[in-house]
Amino acid sequence: MFESFDALLLARLQFAFTVSFHFIFPAFSIGLASFLMVLEALWLRTGKGVYANLYRYWLKIFAITFAMGVVSGIVMSYQFGTNWSVFSDKAGPVIGPLMAYEVLTAFFLEAGFLGVMLFGINKVGAKLHFAATCMVALGTFISAFWILSVNSWMQTPTGFEMGANGQFMPGPSWWEIIFNPSFPYRLVHTVTAAYLTTAFVVGAVGAWHLLRDRANPGARKMFSMAMWMAAIVAPIQIFVGDMHGLNTLEHQPAKVMAMEGHFKSYPSGAPLILLGIPNSREQRVDYAIEIPKGSSLILKHDPNAPLAGLDTVAEEDRPPVGIVFWAFRIMVGMGFAMLGIGLWSLLARARRRLYDWPGLHRAAVLMGPSGFVAVIAGWITTEVGRQPWVVHGLLRTADATAPLDAPAVAASLIAFIVVYFAVFGAGTLYILKLMRKAPEAHEDSVPVHGPVRTAGITPAPAIEGGDQ
Amino acid sequence: MIDLTIVWAFVIAFAVAAYVVMDGFDLGIGILFPRFKVGTERDMAMNSIAPVWDGNETWLVMGGGGLLAAFPLAYAIVLPALYAPLIAMLLGLVFRGVAFEFRWRDPGHRGFWDLAFCAGSVMAGLSQGVVLGALLQGIAVEGRAYAGGWWDWLTPFSLATGISVVIGYALLGATWLIWKTEGPLHEQARSMARHLLIGLLIAIAVVSAWTPFLEAQYYRRWFEWPGVLAAAQMPLAVTIAAFFAWRAIAKGRDWMPFLLALVLFGLTMVGLGISIWPDVVPGAVTIWEAAAPERSQVFMLIGAGVLIPIILAYTVWAYWVFRGKVDEAGYH
Repeated sequence: MFESFDALLLARLQFAFTVSFHFIFPAFSIGLASFLMVLEALWLRTGKGVYANLYRYWLKIFAITFAMGVVSGIVMSYQFGTNWSVFSDKAGPVIGPLMAYEVLTAFFLEAGFLGVMLFGINKVGAKLHFAATCMVALGTFISAFWILSVNSWMQTPTGFEMGANGQFMPGPSWWEIIFNPSFPYRLVHTVTAAYLTTAFVVGAVGAWHLLRDRANPGARKMFSMAMWMAAIVAPIQIFVGDMHGLNTLEHQPAKVMAMEGHFKSYPSGAPLILLGIPNSREQRVDYAIEIPKGSSLILKHDPNAPLAGLDTVAEEDRPPVGIVFWAFRIMVGMGFAMLGIGLWSLLARARRRLYDWPGLHRAAVLMGPSGFVAVIAGWITTEVGRQPWVVHGLLRTADATAPLDAPAVAASLIAFIVVYFAVFGAGTLYILKLMRKAPEAHEDSVPVHGPVRTAGITPAPAIEGGDQ
Repeated sequence: MIDLTIVWAFVIAFAVAAYVVMDGFDLGIGILFPRFKVGTERDMAMNSIAPVWDGNETWLVMGGGGLLAAFPLAYAIVLPALYAPLIAMLLGLVFRGVAFEFRWRDPGHRGFWDLAFCAGSVMAGLSQGVVLGALLQGIAVEGRAYAGGWWDWLTPFSLATGISVVIGYALLGATWLIWKTEGPLHEQARSMARHLLIGLLIAIAVVSAWTPFLEAQYYRRWFEWPGVLAAAQMPLAVTIAAFFAWRAIAKGRDWMPFLLALVLFGLTMVGLGISIWPDVVPGAVTIWEAAAPERSQVFMLIGAGVLIPIILAYTVWAYWVFRGKVDEAGYH
């Protein structure tokens, strides 16, 4: 008994570790691919060198990010089977086809056109190269579409039938499976988060170089573009997040109870607990700072509306409160900090001091990683909040694990931790090294390591994955 | 009425074959990497595959993801059974995948990332071969789950298949370089390919002679009427292909050795198919027992039918863009 618990906990830790690490890369590359697409479009339209230089600058960073996303993603596609084989067997007929569609419509598209995007400008010409960039960007989005549909189905399963052999079988309509109730909200919320993540990284790099040289045209351009994103998208994201929360309240109330720290029910208006220390043993939040009736106002749009608490949920069906409570607060806090930067940038623009306000630039540098923090915190909120279920309400996490010995899982977990920190740590350093370099006006004449020049092709300014 | 389960078995087999054909040669270049001179030659070898490796590796995800979608029970049984080699493969792929970028980013540690590129490629190839051997020798199944321990996969046979695959990939890598390079690297590739071809033929002979004695089913397939009719052709076909490959490596059109190495690989895969058909977990689960319900099969087949031709088309285009010899003129 104890042994099986051990293997389960280790398997959960391993999945949490590998998926959290993996998620960092697509959270960045989804937005970055679109950013590159916009830059190349602006370049083709206006012919201005600054866009071309920024494209080359960020392409090198994209190449590293993408490579790390690919290799950590392949791990994920096998983790379902190696560690969660019962889940794979039972849910495979429903989620398997969605993941197959992800491979067919997204992974091949990204990978097929990435080579041309990184190394092919001399060979295919500007227009076709732009098409390749668009395909890669489109691929990242389609990938998010399918994998979030799968995840949403695990949160709010619909459109299935139970087979005699215990498998979830697809019902007559795939539409009901793909567009399950939480999917539209999760998709918009997550993709927007990816765009914001990228915007804040780009903004931080721009701000960093503005602090050194406020005349650098590349730094100015990227900072301005990023701050427009922050000012426009951060408020939208907060609104979308609120909608997503209401959707969760409807379909997974226990998750919202944990997010809110509502151990007990409030028949006449629930408080909004801003901060506090959830105490699961005593079933209360210690040292709570709360706004009376605030939670009912937000969730029900009526300060006196009754809200049920975790005391209405069977003990074995409750998610862990502490992690969910804190992760949620970190995410929301990041969201509002992003909004703050966005508003500050608007003020700076109004005063014509956008490139000339070191305080703003320092704050933007500080906020560079905020998107990653928010994305991971949000992911933890929704995934831990789904516990103890892997398919919400239907299949328990504890019943979904592979028949593995604890030492096997422990060994692989240690291997993943060592390798990921070493390899992705190095990759992060290389990215930071590239970011530290100011975007130069002569980015295009930098000598390049070039995969692939056929003899006889005239060398032209190249967009390349790297320089030597 | 077409049996969709058989259709899907062939789609998955196609994905695995496509993976071996495409990632095989770029893993092979990784396996041979330390043999190339530091500097231009290594850069050229790397650059001959940099634009395409990612697409190649996607077929591995297609094989895994497709197995989950079309044969979820097989995916659920096989992956835990092959836990250690699969994790080793994934970690190997991590190292070699990032090396494509990292070695350019950090000239001070290029030697380290070159080593990571090689070691990761060897580990991935070896693990894939071990996985093949472990599947062939049979895994313990009870009900709907794997019932063995986490070292069951390790036997002399699975090690033999593991080494065979490494040799085979190395041959694919060498013949790819014959095609894509010129000068000293090209000559070196021809000489390596000769040795590797001999090595692969020995490996094929060993594994082929060993396999029929693992399971009664394999023995019957290969040595009893009417299977022996087809079986007898296989060694003949391999010999003929090997003869032409040998000649092409010695002198011949530059693309010829690669093509003939693929033919050899193709023959071994046909041989495998003869041994295990119609099982998806050899000796334990047939494709029909593991198949996803018809609704899943139909839904995916629509997508696969439309998308796989499109994917093949733009994959061919991406290779076409980077056709011709890799030229060292590219790096100053």
